[in-house]
Amino acid sequence: METRPFLEMKGISKQFPGVKALNKVDLAVYPGEVHALVGENGAGKSTIIKIIMGVYQRDEGTISLNGEEIHVTNVIEADKLGLAAVYQDLTLAPDLSIGENFFMGQFPRKKNGMIDWNHVYEKTADTLKALNVDVNPRLRITELSPAMQEMVAIAKTVHKKSKLVIFDEPTALLSNEEVDILFGIIKKLKASGVSVVYISHRLEEIFTICDNVTVLKDGQHVKTLPVKDTNESQLISFMVGRSLSDMYNIEHYPKGDELLRVEDLNRGKILKDISFNVRRGEIFGLFGLVGSGRTEVVRAIYGADAIDSGTVYLNGQKEIIKHPSQAIALGIGLLPEDRKHQGLALSQTINHNINLASYKAISKFNFVLGKKERERSTESVKRLRVKTPSIHQLVGNLSGGNQQKVIIAKWLCCESKLFIFDEPTVGIDVGAKQEIYKLIEELTREGHAVILISSYLPEVMGLADRIGVLHEGSMSHIVEREQFSEETLLRYASGL
Amino acid sequence: MKLFSKKNKLRLAEGNLLVIVIILMVILSFATKNFFTVNNLRNLVRQTSVNGIIALGMTFVIISGGIDLSVGSIVGVASIVIAKLLVGGMPIFPAIIIALVVCGALGAVNGFIIQYGKVPPFIATLGMMQAARGIVMLLSNARMIAGLPKAFTGFAQLVFAGFPSLFFVWFLVIIVTFILTTKTIFGRNIFAYGSNIEAARLSGINTAAVTLSVYTLSGILSGLAGILMTSRLGNGIPTAGQGYEMDAIASAVVGGASLSGGSGTIIGTVLGALLISLIQNGGNLLGINAFILQIIVGVLIVASVWYDQIRKTTKS
Repeated sequence: METRPFLEMKGISKQFPGVKALNKVDLAVYPGEVHALVGENGAGKSTIIKIIMGVYQRDEGTISLNGEEIHVTNVIEADKLGLAAVYQDLTLAPDLSIGENFFMGQFPRKKNGMIDWNHVYEKTADTLKALNVDVNPRLRITELSPAMQEMVAIAKTVHKKSKLVIFDEPTALLSNEEVDILFGIIKKLKASGVSVVYISHRLEEIFTICDNVTVLKDGQHVKTLPVKDTNESQLISFMVGRSLSDMYNIEHYPKGDELLRVEDLNRGKILKDISFNVRRGEIFGLFGLVGSGRTEVVRAIYGADAIDSGTVYLNGQKEIIKHPSQAIALGIGLLPEDRKHQGLALSQTINHNINLASYKAISKFNFVLGKKERERSTESVKRLRVKTPSIHQLVGNLSGGNQQKVIIAKWLCCESKLFIFDEPTVGIDVGAKQEIYKLIEELTREGHAVILISSYLPEVMGLADRIGVLHEGSMSHIVEREQFSEETLLRYASGL
Repeated sequence: MKLFSKKNKLRLAEGNLLVIVIILMVILSFATKNFFTVNNLRNLVRQTSVNGIIALGMTFVIISGGIDLSVGSIVGVASIVIAKLLVGGMPIFPAIIIALVVCGALGAVNGFIIQYGKVPPFIATLGMMQAARGIVMLLSNARMIAGLPKAFTGFAQLVFAGFPSLFFVWFLVIIVTFILTTKTIFGRNIFAYGSNIEAARLSGINTAAVTLSVYTLSGILSGLAGILMTSRLGNGIPTAGQGYEMDAIASAVVGGASLSGGSGTIIGTVLGALLISLIQNGGNLLGINAFILQIIVGVLIVASVWYDQIRKTTKS
């Protein structure tokens, strides 16, 4: 490893109204190094990235590239200096092709002044192929799956020959195979001397791919050390002062009667003869790779998508559910995969979101009883320990974990009996994850049933009583808790 | 002060607007001889009422994340329909009901096209704006319809307790729409729908019903405004309401409604409508060139949204 870091940040501080987001933080990333940045939400990770990328300006401290001090004031300057970031919210132009996205702002021209499209698409195809990303460069971004979009965004940084690439939760949307491809790309970046900053809540990834790790807590630098000198539980204790072992350690309660039975659910080529049941007090896991139909199963039950055939029984009673409102009336609550776009009205208050699905219960002749509305919100906020100064706070201002709690509160207000959690902990920090798990445990203790979808094996294995494994729209196996093993589940999910 | 109590807090934008409106009124009272006269104030209120009522309907549409460009043409429809019916000898009350039903139906057509045809609101209502104006021209042969009964044309001239009758109609609409937006499930649902339609649907809200009702409501209120305007002008006028969609949108936006949906208030829109009328009325009295006033209103619209954006970004 070279002796001089490519990026060196010293004594960086940043003050926001009311919070010291960063307090004299140091960070050094060497060429060819993959450097992990870990910490709970609010620890200051995203603030650091935004300072590197020129979105925010530092209050104190110095940043240098190759020993030369820099002052980046916007993303375009950062781009010119070879700094790139792959965010969860992707920054590709959705209606343009992959090739157009790669060459945006620097299209090669033919002699007559027209764009040399052949060159664009050939070059793009070369870059993609070199990274094992199998996709036609002429496709538009909207035609790609979210996981593929992310691959393309990463490939773009390679194309632009960035010298420092920041990955912010890159695996949140990816299946295990795709994670392998991603890690392959990162290794190639590393081999060509690119510096990588890697942020993830999935700590085991850090041990697979990173060289060094920096732990942040409450805006302070806690420690930087080589990953080979540490382990997951030590990292977690640096981050929060809790140990890993009790992460998924929830109580499993005795199961009651059957609450939900699904028979032969079919929807085009997406769902094929899906059958399973869920009992009261049970956590039924749904596992499968991206595109296996996990989310589609629950959307079909919930009445969010139309189905071709199939029967749903609740408490033994046959029900036809054609609209979410019917599912809600029957006691089903859905926490959707994408909480920002499907789960919450972000520009509305906590008070509004919590009561959103159950105004009938707190109104007279369609007039909302404002006092009851506020009482219910206040109670829910207290019960679920939502961290907020007031129930009139906009939901968009809350952290991911607290947003998820608001959605749970919404369904508790509907007196739901069956809670469907679709990827409940994506992009949520360790502490909040544990709280969500505790809430799931509480729900089952009260005799509610839970369907848990997760693409993250340790999570679904740690929590579920049984797991239905999906492969290309069919549920070929339902595995009992005693038989859980990563290998079996992955094999079933891959159709083996 | 009750208005500023925690429960019913005026938003910052509304508070600022109220202050601006009051300051402007005080300045105009001193700067011109004619502003603070009974006649001028009554005229101001009559003028503002018509735009104010349309703008309230528009506020519902904008909160839902949509836009209604057809309101001006629907004002024209109302004017011609009621004039034809009255000249044809129909009693006033049923004629009003029929005109309102026709305008509500046109609004419902907007909603239907937007909901089931997945046509963007801008396009759907742009089409309706053209088509409805065409209907007006056909029905009236593009001619004014005169000879309306005195009982009808007299209404707009009536004064109760010092206030012109149109003010009371506007006030009634303000009260009803205020209650609808702040106190009812319907109101809560429109905000949720405008903020995130998919989250609203997955929370069991009947989104089709929301789309249909906001555009129908906008049609009915435009119809009501058209009827009042016809009473005030004394004739059925085929060009009535031309360009009113812009005043209505401007009032809502200056009042703090966001075109991206999910925000907007009745009080804000009322103040927005007042401010725009005040600038026009005061400007006229001060002898400012009408074209300059137009520039001022244009700047005001952009500046108020700009200011709002600055406030939002500095907050977050």
